[in-house]
Amino acid sequence: MDSDQLIACPTCDVLNRDQEVKAHTVARCARCGTVLAAPKSGAMTRIAMLSLTALILLAAAAGFPFLELKAQGLSHQASVLDAVLAFSRGPMAPLSLATGLLIVLLPAARFCALIYTLAPMALGWHPAPHAATAYRWAERLKPWAMAEIFIIGVAVALVKVSGLARVGLGPAFWAFAALLIVTILTDNSICRLTVWKTLKTRGRS
Amino acid sequence: MEDAENPRPFLTAAAAGLTGCRACGTANPGGARACACCGSPLEPAGPASLQRVWAWLAAGMIAYVPANLYPMLRTTTFGRSSENTLIGGIAELFSHGSYGVALIVFFASIVIPVAKFLAIAYLAISVRQPAALGSHSRLVLYEVVEFIGRWSMIDVFVVAILTALVQLDFAAAVAPGAAAVSFALSVAFTMLAAQSFDPRLIWNAESENLNDHA
Repeated sequence: MDSDQLIACPTCDVLNRDQEVKAHTVARCARCGTVLAAPKSGAMTRIAMLSLTALILLAAAAGFPFLELKAQGLSHQASVLDAVLAFSRGPMAPLSLATGLLIVLLPAARFCALIYTLAPMALGWHPAPHAATAYRWAERLKPWAMAEIFIIGVAVALVKVSGLARVGLGPAFWAFAALLIVTILTDNSICRLTVWKTLKTRGRS
Repeated sequence: MEDAENPRPFLTAAAAGLTGCRACGTANPGGARACACCGSPLEPAGPASLQRVWAWLAAGMIAYVPANLYPMLRTTTFGRSSENTLIGGIAELFSHGSYGVALIVFFASIVIPVAKFLAIAYLAISVRQPAALGSHSRLVLYEVVEFIGRWSMIDVFVVAILTALVQLDFAAAVAPGAAAVSFALSVAFTMLAAQSFDPRLIWNAESENLNDHA
């Protein structure tokens, strides 16, 4: 048998036969149950659109007012950039860089890479040049894109502060909250091996 | 254990002289350095992966020590300054009556990091010698560790937000403590340890054990 017709399970290395999988059904590895293919009709379009939505929300979150603290006649506004720069004074400056990467830059890079890879295929075109490299990076960045974790951190911080001061929520807060949902929807729509298979077959023809 | 009694013959890519790609599942010819489909570097499941796991795990555990000893937050209220360690912050939340949030923070900053160290160490040991947990249970454990690891970063973000937000001149001001850096490093190192672990090793040990018994 030609090795083209085999899928080596990424989790347990067992060779599975690469069969034609119907839309909305799931093919799993015979030994460990890892999902090998889960094609859905319109998935490429949905992921590309969700990624675009996420990018817009991310831009809004970075630009609009984020939080405002009011207590005893004093008030203080904080933007997302202020949260990133929280560590910038003193020897902790590298942590500011890391925070900026984790909550804004890496999520943005990942969504850009997803759009670059999937939008041409959603339109039925050939993959863009270096689409494989872009998608490989999108997958590598996935664990380090922590925008959705940041908003949970905000929720915890708000509870900590709520006892001593009133907190006003700006548009950026709601943009981040929406980003949490959009990120989860995007991640649930992506089937990694199906994307790779589509990239491979479309690239050849 | 029913697997051991009735082992179904599964052929792995490695046993067939091929190298499977962990990113896209392409079965590449044996000895290939990079995947022909996606260009990811290829590496057979072996001791090199385990060495990286142990190195990152050790780094993560070392960084976790100062994360607990040094203050996470420095709060100044009307000229009086107080410092909070990880545990201290949780105790304060608890005494304010925010049990839910105290529990979340307790899980995110104490239970999950320690459980992660233990789980990764267990996975790395279990691929060398017969393990009490079956392969499927260990795969679930690995997937849970991979999924949950990044959520520990919540603590660092909380410190960042509090520092940015609570700046009311004289009335109250918050500054980050040194523990924030070592906690962030500990989380990152542990994530790298989990990513370095090659889940194919879980099943390699199983097929070797079967060969021993036969």
